Amino acid sequence: MSKQEQHWEKSRGLLFMTLAIWFVFSIGIFLFGAEMNEVTGPFGYPLTYWFTCQGSLGAFVILIFWFANRQEKIDEEFGFSERGDD
Amino acid sequence: MIKGNFIDNLPKVYGIYTGGFLAFIIIMSIAEQMGMTAKTIGICFVAFTVAIYAIIGYLSRTAQADAYYVAGRQVPTVFNGMATAADWMSGASFVAMAGGIYFKGYGYMALLVGWTGGYVLVASLLAPYLRKFGCYTVPDFIGTRYGGNLSRFLAVVVLTVASFTYVTAQINATGTIASVALDIPFQYAVYVGLVSILLCSMLGGMRGVTWTQVAQYIVLIIAYLLPVFWISNKMGAGFFPHFMLADEVSRIAELEAQFGFVKNSAENLKEVPKGLAGITKAHSAVNATPWAFISLALAMMMGTASLPHVMMRYFTTPSVKAARKSVGWSLFFIFLLYSSAPMLATLSKLSLIDPTLPTGIIGKSISEVQAIDWYQNWNQANLMFVSDFNGNGTLELNEFFMGGKAVVLATPEIAGLPYVISGLVAAGGMAAAMSTADGLILAIANAISHDVYYKIIDPKAETAKRLVVARVLLVVIGFAGATIAAMEIQGILGSVIWAFDFAMSGLFFPLVLGVWWKRANREGAIAGMALGLISGAGYLIWVRNGGSGFLGITQLTFGIFGSAVSLVAMVVVSLMTSAPNAATQKMVDEVRVPSGKSILGKQH
Repeated sequence: MSKQEQHWEKSRGLLFMTLAIWFVFSIGIFLFGAEMNEVTGPFGYPLTYWFTCQGSLGAFVILIFWFANRQEKIDEEFGFSERGDD
Repeated sequence: MIKGNFIDNLPKVYGIYTGGFLAFIIIMSIAEQMGMTAKTIGICFVAFTVAIYAIIGYLSRTAQADAYYVAGRQVPTVFNGMATAADWMSGASFVAMAGGIYFKGYGYMALLVGWTGGYVLVASLLAPYLRKFGCYTVPDFIGTRYGGNLSRFLAVVVLTVASFTYVTAQINATGTIASVALDIPFQYAVYVGLVSILLCSMLGGMRGVTWTQVAQYIVLIIAYLLPVFWISNKMGAGFFPHFMLADEVSRIAELEAQFGFVKNSAENLKEVPKGLAGITKAHSAVNATPWAFISLALAMMMGTASLPHVMMRYFTTPSVKAARKSVGWSLFFIFLLYSSAPMLATLSKLSLIDPTLPTGIIGKSISEVQAIDWYQNWNQANLMFVSDFNGNGTLELNEFFMGGKAVVLATPEIAGLPYVISGLVAAGGMAAAMSTADGLILAIANAISHDVYYKIIDPKAETAKRLVVARVLLVVIGFAGATIAAMEIQGILGSVIWAFDFAMSGLFFPLVLGVWWKRANREGAIAGMALGLISGAGYLIWVRNGGSGFLGITQLTFGIFGSAVSLVAMVVVSLMTSAPNAATQKMVDEVRVPSGKSILGKQH
């Protein structure tokens, strides 16, 4: 397998992992919205309500930065990162 | 100031700008104490901020294609994040979102999840790869990846349908705010808004829009957060509302149980002015089925990843790496406002309905409420209404009606904040609507000037001529948008949501599969775009004309149907026709690695 194919395989793996986490916070938890709302969440808000106003939104921000860092590591590993910094 | 090492000085330049804006707010509040009228303050806020944007737009003028189309590809990550956040958060986000949450609660908050979760798709599926491609516009990518004028042209069609639907709503919003703040009729205010929008983008194209959007983000975020924190503190709800409103949320649930949601008769509702609504849905309880919530969130997420005015912001970063990080910063800056909207809705609702608070009106006598100053003001503006349906002389929860915009616009006044805050909110709403309108008009004009005029009609055109065409189109599209906005056909929020559905119907899979599926070919992409858009639009028309729909897909989520058709059409047609040639396959391989030259040259 060429270097490029290996790089793409790893990138694709990272994509699937990112989309799986994305799925949990954007779709998964809302399948059980009514049940989860009975539970008290962070800062005392009902749990599902908290996810819609802060939890899921914050999780997406963290997820994107995490993804960007992991992808940069993969690019570096195979020598595909860009020269110079941004 | 814009020349030379402007990029290195960005933090300093915008630091001074922010300080100047805060100083302006303080000067205005002193002027208010000294007796300046509310009307003059409103005019000052809108005129001052628009003048600053116009100056930035003038200083960013350019005669180079790559500066005009992609701001010279040198916008640093954090600033591009701010610009994207302003580009993204429209008049709807600023003025209507808190109102939507106030009235519809959980079911509406699917939009919060959808309009943020979409950025994960942008970051992981598309933005870095399109940046590596080096295109000027989104159809530029489609046209080069799949080849042929027809695929490029169809991409322009989808882009125009989606963005134009969106932009009329934004020009409408600038008109609404300009007409209130400057006290002129809406039909003229729309054109005042349009001229302000064009001042930012005409001379500098993407470069001008980038630097005005950063300035607009700073204004809009201050204008949104300052009142939320101030009201929360004034009500004694907590000095950091986001972490401290749990008691208020449960108090609202308690009051809802106490009052009950009484249903009004159709006859009584006829009295209520158009556009106003009462509180009929629980605030924090789950009031929508899982599919209703998830389908709306999903449509907004896929739409986010297909809207060209967002995608093209990531063409302006210096590198692929920066494009990825920049998506994260964009969402962070959006998060600051979106996480505050539910807090504002909570504070606004509690201050109105809690009889134990001095501002509470439920349970007071009707005549007492009608005598309140702010009630009279907002009643006159057609945003508030009370009526004694049951004739007991007391205002009940089901007898109080409000417009969605009033949550953002009126809450500062109800809470007893000085008028300077209302002026600030007007300036913020104007900034939000203008920045989005600018991004959208530029996306349409650039796609037509670059992809239709330069790439299809006259590939030998000189740069100077191309940029003249681009600017003429900018003005023409702006005027067309303003003319339609002046007719006031649809509400602000409905047309915004449609824009997402149109974009995802026609563009989501052709874009994503262009990067992630090498086998996708021209015929497949053409089928995907054409059939996706046609079936999505067809579904919308069918449901609007009384069609029952299926699978719970409504007129707000028709993009789910459109994009499903698009996916099937694209895969089936691609597999039935021959694979893309070796050169195209190699091009896709190159897009997938960040290093090396971009596919399209710096100037193309």
